[in-house]
Amino acid sequence: MRKITKEQVEDLAKLARLGLTDAEKTSLAREMTVILEYSMLLDEVDTKGVQPTSQTTELKNIFRKDCKVISDIDINEKLQNAPVKEKSFIKVKKVLE
Amino acid sequence: MIKYETVIGLEIHAQLKTESKMFCSCDNYSVDAKPNENTCPICLGMPGTLPVPNKKAIEWVYLLGLALNGKIAEKFNFERKNYFYPDLPKAYQITSSTKPPVIGGRVEIETEGVIQNIRINHIHLEEDAGKLIHPKLGEYSLVDLNRAGTPLLEIVTEPDMRAPREARIFMQDLRSILRYLSISDANMEQGNLRCDANISLRPVGQKELGTKVEIKNINSFKMIERAIEYEVERQMELLGENKKVVQETRGWDESKGKTLGQRSKEEANDYRYFPEPDIPPLEPYSGKEIDFDEIKAWLPELQKEKSQRFINEYNLSTQDAEILTSDLELSRYFEQTLEELPDITKNDEIKKQKAKKVSNWIISEVLAKLNLAGISISDCKVNHKDLAELLDKADHGEISGKIAKEIFAEMFETGKNSEQIIKAKGLSQISDTGAVKVMITEVIKENQGPVSDFKAGKEKAFGYLIGQVMAKSRGQANPQVVNEILKDLLDKE
Repeated sequence: MRKITKEQVEDLAKLARLGLTDAEKTSLAREMTVILEYSMLLDEVDTKGVQPTSQTTELKNIFRKDCKVISDIDINEKLQNAPVKEKSFIKVKKVLE
Repeated sequence: MIKYETVIGLEIHAQLKTESKMFCSCDNYSVDAKPNENTCPICLGMPGTLPVPNKKAIEWVYLLGLALNGKIAEKFNFERKNYFYPDLPKAYQITSSTKPPVIGGRVEIETEGVIQNIRINHIHLEEDAGKLIHPKLGEYSLVDLNRAGTPLLEIVTEPDMRAPREARIFMQDLRSILRYLSISDANMEQGNLRCDANISLRPVGQKELGTKVEIKNINSFKMIERAIEYEVERQMELLGENKKVVQETRGWDESKGKTLGQRSKEEANDYRYFPEPDIPPLEPYSGKEIDFDEIKAWLPELQKEKSQRFINEYNLSTQDAEILTSDLELSRYFEQTLEELPDITKNDEIKKQKAKKVSNWIISEVLAKLNLAGISISDCKVNHKDLAELLDKADHGEISGKIAKEIFAEMFETGKNSEQIIKAKGLSQISDTGAVKVMITEVIKENQGPVSDFKAGKEKAFGYLIGQVMAKSRGQANPQVVNEILKDLLDKE
């Protein structure tokens, strides 16, 4: 039986850049333990010889030719989801080097 | 006192100069582009888009793999490396380090006459991130995603280098290979070749590696040696004081001449890799999509082979051969100029003589001018045909060596050919004995003093008279003709 600890939730929150309250951390730890428990049902099945399902199409070697296509989408349209712009740059909070 | 041995391994990133990006058809050349101009929904990481690998980028990884004697993996697949950073629109980088396309390989380097094999662990393919600009004033950063999605090779070496110098030589050799293969501009200053160094120390004779420190931010050839030297010294000092080296990532600060501990994005080092579900696996040997015969046919003569051939075929010195082959374009310029000269195919002796002349000219005149102007041979206004024509004229006495250099200077500035310059300035060498005779007669008349000195046995006066004739002809008289006629006329005086 594996339990998700509050520390693990904190680590994950940090990686996902989420700010969580203490209460959220506690409840998430509990909920995530339940989810993990459920998926651990798979441990009871013999999966020997079963292919991973990261690929299901059975396709292989799909390429495109190295050929540039000039986009007809305007820069402003491309950047419309950016909250702040400066000229055609996306402006973000200062990132430390 | 314990003696320590330095152990260095490198991780090198090289941008591929394909026409389009790694997983989308955006223009991969953004030098003149506006920020974020060369982007599309795929490289901006919009939901619902599908990345499709660039075939050329994959072929080029194999090309490098073959050039470095690596093994082509029967299967490789892309995967996602997850982290949040403003230069990474999808919040994951598509990479292939877990199951890389090329495994193993080696680069032979030579340090002070000793040949050494630096083993390659693997080569993988990934996409570059965008560029961040940090204005000095202002509490913000600017993001330009033109570079996001550029095909990027990562070449990981084994910890086979034992001195900072070896790391620099390895990088120089690798740069040369990338350029000769014409797959990357491999310019460290412009950031299309980047290098991180893993450095550790261990007592001489010990097998296990010591604690390693990774150095980032090395972005010029000069810095490689300096940064590693500094870090070796820093670790040596710690060990000397019985302190421990902490495993960490440090950045090279060129202005301070130090490596400094980095905290920011490395802090939580958990990239949660998983296979990229959007891109089917690659099996280069199955099916006909990847043609290894064709890729093998692309393998060019590399710098070391070419240098050796120049020595054998043209009898050049090792030093000259190395200079001429230091740049692929320069080596081509040399051979094209040579081939353009008449009589070149007559026999090997003539070929070697002419090769020596062309080599001397390129090294002492062309390269000197290029270096002074700070440009490379591909930007040189004098093409190989025009240079060959000029050298041929000098060879046949149509112009003197001195005039040839002056004409070349003008060709270099203006891009005109030698014929145009000679005509416009009336610079042809005067070998016409009649014209030379007239000038000499005048000089003798005007310089009776030196003439009698010469007659009295003062050899020096002869040189003076030659100088006067050359001055009168504005340097265009053929010195040999002047010499003969002057002697002749003085005897008759």
